Amino acid sequence: MSAGQSAEGALAPAIRCTGLVRRFGEVTAVAQVDLEVRRGECFALLGPNGAGKTTTVEILEGLQRQDAGSAELLGYRWGEGHDRELRQRIGVQLQDTQLGERLTVFETVRLFRSFYARGRGVEETIALVGLGEKRDARVGKLSGGQKQRLALACAVVAEPEILFLDEPTTGLDPQARLQIWSLVERFRGEGGTVLLTTHYMEEAARLADRVAIMDHGRIIALGSPAELVASLGAEQIVEFETAGPVPLERLAALPGVRAATRRNGTTTLSVAAIGEALPALLSEVNRWGVGIESLRTHQPTLEDVFIRLTGRALRDA
Amino acid sequence: MRERTSSLNPLLELTRARVLEFVREPEAVFWVFVFPVLLALALGVAFRARPVEKLRVGVVGDEAGQVAAALRSAADLEVVPLAADEAEQQRRAGKLDLTLLWRGGESGETGVILRLDPTRPESRTARLAVGEALRETAPMRVRLLAEEPVTAPGARYIDFLVPGLVGLNLMGSGMWGIGFSVVVARTRKLLKRLAATPMRRSHYLLSFALSRLAFLVLEVAAVVGFGWLVFGVRVEGSLAVLALVCLAGAFCFAGVGLLVAARPQSIEAVSGWMNLVMLPMWLLSGTFFSYERFPAVTHAAIRTLPLTALNDALRAVMNQGAGLAATLPQVALLALWGLVCFAVAVRIFRWQ
Repeated sequence: MSAGQSAEGALAPAIRCTGLVRRFGEVTAVAQVDLEVRRGECFALLGPNGAGKTTTVEILEGLQRQDAGSAELLGYRWGEGHDRELRQRIGVQLQDTQLGERLTVFETVRLFRSFYARGRGVEETIALVGLGEKRDARVGKLSGGQKQRLALACAVVAEPEILFLDEPTTGLDPQARLQIWSLVERFRGEGGTVLLTTHYMEEAARLADRVAIMDHGRIIALGSPAELVASLGAEQIVEFETAGPVPLERLAALPGVRAATRRNGTTTLSVAAIGEALPALLSEVNRWGVGIESLRTHQPTLEDVFIRLTGRALRDA
Repeated sequence: MRERTSSLNPLLELTRARVLEFVREPEAVFWVFVFPVLLALALGVAFRARPVEKLRVGVVGDEAGQVAAALRSAADLEVVPLAADEAEQQRRAGKLDLTLLWRGGESGETGVILRLDPTRPESRTARLAVGEALRETAPMRVRLLAEEPVTAPGARYIDFLVPGLVGLNLMGSGMWGIGFSVVVARTRKLLKRLAATPMRRSHYLLSFALSRLAFLVLEVAAVVGFGWLVFGVRVEGSLAVLALVCLAGAFCFAGVGLLVAARPQSIEAVSGWMNLVMLPMWLLSGTFFSYERFPAVTHAAIRTLPLTALNDALRAVMNQGAGLAATLPQVALLALWGLVCFAVAVRIFRWQ
């Protein structure tokens, strides 16, 4: 690598893409996506299944070609003669890849290590993901969480500069999820860049410096988790069910209420001042003579941001 | 209303559904209807009822032409004058049912000696036919002097069969072993994961060819060793040449297997393609019976099939003791098949 290239490489962001489009027949999976991920940043694509997250990531990983737009990794584009160098510098965990079941943990990591010119030791990597005790176990015998940690081991064995994680904790139990999260945080602690996709808002909120919310192939909101939540302008979210209908516009106009939505019989209010809003809500419901059947309040989350933007919840979108 | 609802018979509807499902599965239709017809056609051509079943008789010796002429009128015999070594080679390859050896002597003891394998039904029939023909058409000119049975190792059907089984085994294990593991890796998205690493894609494909070599020794040794221990089938040629031929065969079918597995996305699909590629060779390439049985115009085409080349080379080495030079054309053909298939497979391989 020449001095000129490394200077260029040092200046370029980890990931930059503009106007990315990918169509499958009639369906536009990715529609004009622009994003930039800084070095050392953890960036999350948050969205429901089918939002175009995986397609976007696979274009960035060089596994699919875009129909329009450009994607750059570490200052390079795919297909311009730097592919092998790029692959050396990125680590990839794909959504639901099943590694060979008849190889052991050690054999699997050793196989992946052999593809890279640089990287860390096989034993060290296995210890890093906490699979030391399972070193000689066949992959087919591992639990879901262990398999996912093995996938992570294969992704970080080359000490990549960028780590791509596509739905890293989908289907895992809470404890296994925590283990994955702490591994990702550790990778970041060593200066690595992470691009992850998830449909768990807790995951995005905990791991990501910045979150892009995706829906129908577009980025519909971008910012830090705190910024996105603050954009709701709400200190509390109130959800309630009533025995009969109350007009939404009446609720939205109540003092202290920012917005009102209704979905599957549940009404959701974004509330800026809970002390004003709650008494007003109760008296409004009384006026319509329907009575409140249940009521909950919680701190606003990224989930509420998604609901506000799309009218749907992340998990049932 | 009751009658209308009960007019649908569940058994009938279930049966109808099965039938529809079946005919809408093109592969099933192929295997059940088209394949047996093709099979019957191929076997029918191989074992076709010729006007009269022609038995191939070779005549060797000074007066071979005269003997051949004397027998020409026998409609069920195909009589060919041959040089002694030629005749011996063809007999070992199962292409000659009977050999007539001309013996002429000053003492007047002139006539033919019959050389045949009495365990082969065709040879026994040919013996009868020749005897009859000589009695009827040329009793004065050609006499039967003696019979020379050859049941020695190297001349029996089992000697013909074992090299064919080695070839068949190399083809089958290469194709199935590679085809299945590639397609399984594809359905599990492992291929896509590998494509995301700096791994050279040709390395992945080559690793299949190399891993085949590890099993090659065992596979060949099992069949050849069994034939030798149980039936006394000998390897007349050198083991080194045999190894080279097997190597070429294994490489070739690794390439063919990769090509077949280059695109399919399910085990069912790849199985269908595998069978489609292998079955013609199963039938045509002379594993169980000599491809000489097929019409002569087809021989050139049959010889270009990789399994034919492999079987011919294996028989040349094992039965006829052929050396390196004699097997080179087949080895080259196998290498060519392997290289072409491999190159195409690399190009069209579906990684996801």
